[in-house]
Amino acid sequence: MANENLSVWTSIPFWRRSAAWVTGFASILLIWLTFDTLGQISMGNDADLKAGTTKRVPGPTVINYKITYEMSKKRGHEVPVIGEKEAFFGKSDYSEKEARALLHLGKLTSQAKNCMDCHTLLGNGAYYAPDLTKAWIDPAWSKTGPMMAMTGKSTREEAMAEFLMHPSTYPTHARMMPELGITAEEAKGLVAFLKHMSSIDTNGFPRNFGKEEGSTNAQ
Amino acid sequence: MLNSIKTNHFEGNASKELGMMYFRVAIILFGAQLLMGLIAAIQFLVPGFLFELFDFSIARMVHINALVVWMLYAMIGATYFLLPDETDVEPIGIGLGKLGFWVLTAAVTVVVLVFIFVQVGAGTEASIWLITEGREYIEAPRWADIGIVVVVLIFYFNVFATFIKSSKKTGIMTVMIANLLALAGLYLAGMFYTDNISMDQFWWWWVIHLWVEATWEVFVGTLAAFALIKLIGAKREVVEMWLWIEVLMLFGSGILGMGHHYFWIGTPEYWWEIGALFSALEPVPLIAMFVHVLYDWGKEQGIAKAKGETGSVITNGPAMAWIVLNAFGNFLGAGIWGFFHTLPQVNIYTHGTQFTAAHGHLSFFGAYATILIGMMYIGVQGAYGAKRMKMNFNSKMGIFLTAFGVMGMTVALTIAGYEQVLVERAELGATWNAFFVAQNLPWYVQGQMWRAIMGVVTLIGFIYLAVDLLTIGKKAQAEEA
Repeated sequence: MANENLSVWTSIPFWRRSAAWVTGFASILLIWLTFDTLGQISMGNDADLKAGTTKRVPGPTVINYKITYEMSKKRGHEVPVIGEKEAFFGKSDYSEKEARALLHLGKLTSQAKNCMDCHTLLGNGAYYAPDLTKAWIDPAWSKTGPMMAMTGKSTREEAMAEFLMHPSTYPTHARMMPELGITAEEAKGLVAFLKHMSSIDTNGFPRNFGKEEGSTNAQ
Repeated sequence: MLNSIKTNHFEGNASKELGMMYFRVAIILFGAQLLMGLIAAIQFLVPGFLFELFDFSIARMVHINALVVWMLYAMIGATYFLLPDETDVEPIGIGLGKLGFWVLTAAVTVVVLVFIFVQVGAGTEASIWLITEGREYIEAPRWADIGIVVVVLIFYFNVFATFIKSSKKTGIMTVMIANLLALAGLYLAGMFYTDNISMDQFWWWWVIHLWVEATWEVFVGTLAAFALIKLIGAKREVVEMWLWIEVLMLFGSGILGMGHHYFWIGTPEYWWEIGALFSALEPVPLIAMFVHVLYDWGKEQGIAKAKGETGSVITNGPAMAWIVLNAFGNFLGAGIWGFFHTLPQVNIYTHGTQFTAAHGHLSFFGAYATILIGMMYIGVQGAYGAKRMKMNFNSKMGIFLTAFGVMGMTVALTIAGYEQVLVERAELGATWNAFFVAQNLPWYVQGQMWRAIMGVVTLIGFIYLAVDLLTIGKKAQAEEA
């Protein structure tokens, strides 16, 4: 059939060449876009934060600042907003090195404890427990939410750390988080990791996230 | 299948024997996957079940890792099996390949035992190296990653060297050689650690997406091409032309379709357009594959009838049934269920809900489990030297109950997902509290209940399937004797 060349549509060499060209073109485009994306998602640093330069993934010292998730009229969805200085475990002047070490410990712990096989992070993972993308700014952990009172702590980060260390002591529902042997230092790292994750520009995911006061941005 | 290695009709064809060895481990891991899934499904309904003993995260981790590993085993097995037929030479390095098989199987056993008994580690690099990497689907610790790479290199060398040695260069083998190189190479993208979660997920998708939505799909195309020639005597020219068209369309849509995973992980907005466009095209090759399988079957049967032959052109009933199911399941599970939530306008709400789980179940089963089981039947037929193998009661129950069970789970999860999306995401704003409100909705719970019931149906189907794979070869041999 191929040898008779009755029509290009039944010619194997034609389809083989087309497959190679299309695959090559798609691969090159993907690699090119990858270079661009890698530049855009590389982690920022302390100087960016001090200068107010917006990075899609801010530097680790973002834990020194207040983070909110606000509606952007320009982009049509919510974006993380890095605000005033804010104490994190009683301190708001973590050096780049200290903050990086904390984030490193937190990210490692999140993998070693397999968070992703119950929770989703940036929406990826398992669907047995809440998404953690914006867990740091979840109303449940605010002054008006239940978790501070339940854990007997007066700040968001301390309440989160206490919960992470003894989750089944503070059950919120029949479905509970198990004790994973998380140490105080690891819990602190995990909360830093969560706070950092909440500052990542996720193009408005999750949409209309519940606010601490009032309902959602959906009108 | 159990005796197929010792008392086989491969006449010393070691490559086919090695293929059967891989198939046997694959089917055991498939069973393990279903058991773990059942535990996880029960935990959705009875949260106290095995709590702090064998938690959901562990059951789920073993569930999805058993899935990935059994499919890789079956894929390696299928490649070793078709290698002698497609090259007409004695495959190279099978002794080394057998050593690789035992090394890989020992490593998998250790990894699973560590997952089950050690479960989690401290927040240190040592945990990532020795216990788990904690990244969905590729949780295997780093030491095992390196072992996997070594064994896969042996495998690839054997296939490549055999291909080079042979003077016959079929289209099937050409696609296989190029595709396997990409498939194996992509695993390397998942073997590093970074503190940057966006960077982490960016490369993680290079492994996961470019496997299941590109290279694995092309692998399915090559297996389907091989199987059609083998099972119904389809013409190689026609089958291989279709294969190239499939490669064109699968890679043309699938490679840039990766964009649909880059909507919300910190990556720039341009992925919305790229991901939407190319992933919306992903079902097209799956329709083509479906048409191709059914058309060829009808055509070959028609030719036989015109020649005045009676009876079916199919030489292996159960294998053909699974391959037709693959054509349908791939289109339905990967194509339709994927398209459901691939546009960013929809995905902003559905991302990370039971919708994803529904799609995952039907697509892994429809696109991959089916054709790999079909290959196992082809293997059994070869091992017992049966000219024809017909469906019997066990084969029918096996295929019907697993397909019905998986479809049932998918529908149940889709309904649960719909409830979850409307209430948790749209109404209540995706918070911690919103999540639990949705999880306790009566219709959500009902969906999870049906999922568990349909999971049991799938497991019963699997038992029929396993029994059939172990016995059908001998029966077919006895009938022909």
